[in-house]
Amino acid sequence: MAGKIKVATTSLAGCFGCHMSFLDIDERILALAEIAEFDRSPLTDIKHCSDQVDIGLVEGGLCNAENVHTLREFRESCKILVAVGACAINGGLPAMRNHIPLQECLEESYLDAVGVENPQIPNDVELPLLLNKVHPIHEVVKVDYFLPGCPPSADVFWKFLTDLASGAEPSLPYELVHYD
Amino acid sequence: MTEHMLTIDGQRIPFTEGQTIIEAATAAGVYIPHLCHNPEFKPHGSCKLCTVKVNGRNCSACTFPAADGQEVLNNTQELNETRRTITQMLFIEGNHFCPSCEKSGNCQLQAVGYYLNMLDAHFPFFYPSREVDASHHEVMLDRDRCILCELCVRASRDVDGKNVFALSGRGINSHLIVNSTTGKLKDTDISVDDKAVHVCPVGAILIKRKGFEVPIGERIYDGQDIGQVSLEHEMPIVEEAEHGR
Repeated sequence: MAGKIKVATTSLAGCFGCHMSFLDIDERILALAEIAEFDRSPLTDIKHCSDQVDIGLVEGGLCNAENVHTLREFRESCKILVAVGACAINGGLPAMRNHIPLQECLEESYLDAVGVENPQIPNDVELPLLLNKVHPIHEVVKVDYFLPGCPPSADVFWKFLTDLASGAEPSLPYELVHYD
Repeated sequence: MTEHMLTIDGQRIPFTEGQTIIEAATAAGVYIPHLCHNPEFKPHGSCKLCTVKVNGRNCSACTFPAADGQEVLNNTQELNETRRTITQMLFIEGNHFCPSCEKSGNCQLQAVGYYLNMLDAHFPFFYPSREVDASHHEVMLDRDRCILCELCVRASRDVDGKNVFALSGRGINSHLIVNSTTGKLKDTDISVDDKAVHVCPVGAILIKRKGFEVPIGERIYDGQDIGQVSLEHEMPIVEEAEHGR
């Protein structure tokens, strides 16, 4: 079918909990598949967005340079960009490192922690550089919609996507709004 | 004697001499969002969430005296959008990570966010560095979550008679200080039964070993919004004060 809605998803500095919650729509995913197809997503293993994606769902905040790069690709490719979950919206638990200098975080994890063998701070060229602080995605790109929650429940995803698909302005009723 | 009357969103609300607008509203079952206000204490007027339009001008309902013939606007889109912006600013100037907070589900700041359909914080985050004081064996102070409402300051001074807390600093550096030579809670005479330990609207002052006691689904704001909870709790307090006048 031509004209299926293209949906891309990614997890930046997140835990994939939002993706798991998305999959909790259970059998409703069959109804979703009637009207939508997945583009770039860990669910399809497609590595890059096609030119015109309708909806980009972004889980997680920005903790390294690759996150920023991926986010910018999503913004360029997606007509509608959605911040999904606490980490995308306010940095979430990874942002709790923000008041500790990055050097100290690395030393604590890789040099001084209990049980560390062969202590060294990882420095492979393949590793994306860490940002000094973890940031929510709206500090870097324009975000069109926000789905709060840690994670947002399956019903939040469902309400949002069905609203959009039916051409309605998405809105979340009181019982679907939570920050935890 | 004629009854005193004002209107809120067109509804006639009676009041008694000396009441503030928020007291008259609460007694009549009208919720005005608020955080730093608690009818058990003298109003503080700092959070500005209870901003209403009185005869066309913005006023804090918790400090503004009720007067005959006032036309008050409360539950309007404009005021609620302003309140949502204020709530967003409270979120970005602290470190409010709901998923890891023991107060989640019972937190008034969070509940006000839900009430106002706040889905994001809009502004860039400050991520300020704030000190945690876990020195006391029973009471925990996490300044990350403090919204500077001074309810603990008022409770400790006016009810407990201990003067344990005060605010210090200005702007983003404003923070709660503890009245002891070391600045630590363990060196004060605060005790777990003090009013100051029980009035925090957020998760800044907590009783240790009580976190996450109530499961998700049974917490205060899981089933009811803060408007309902607030009126249920505060209406009797305001009515009692009214009779004492």
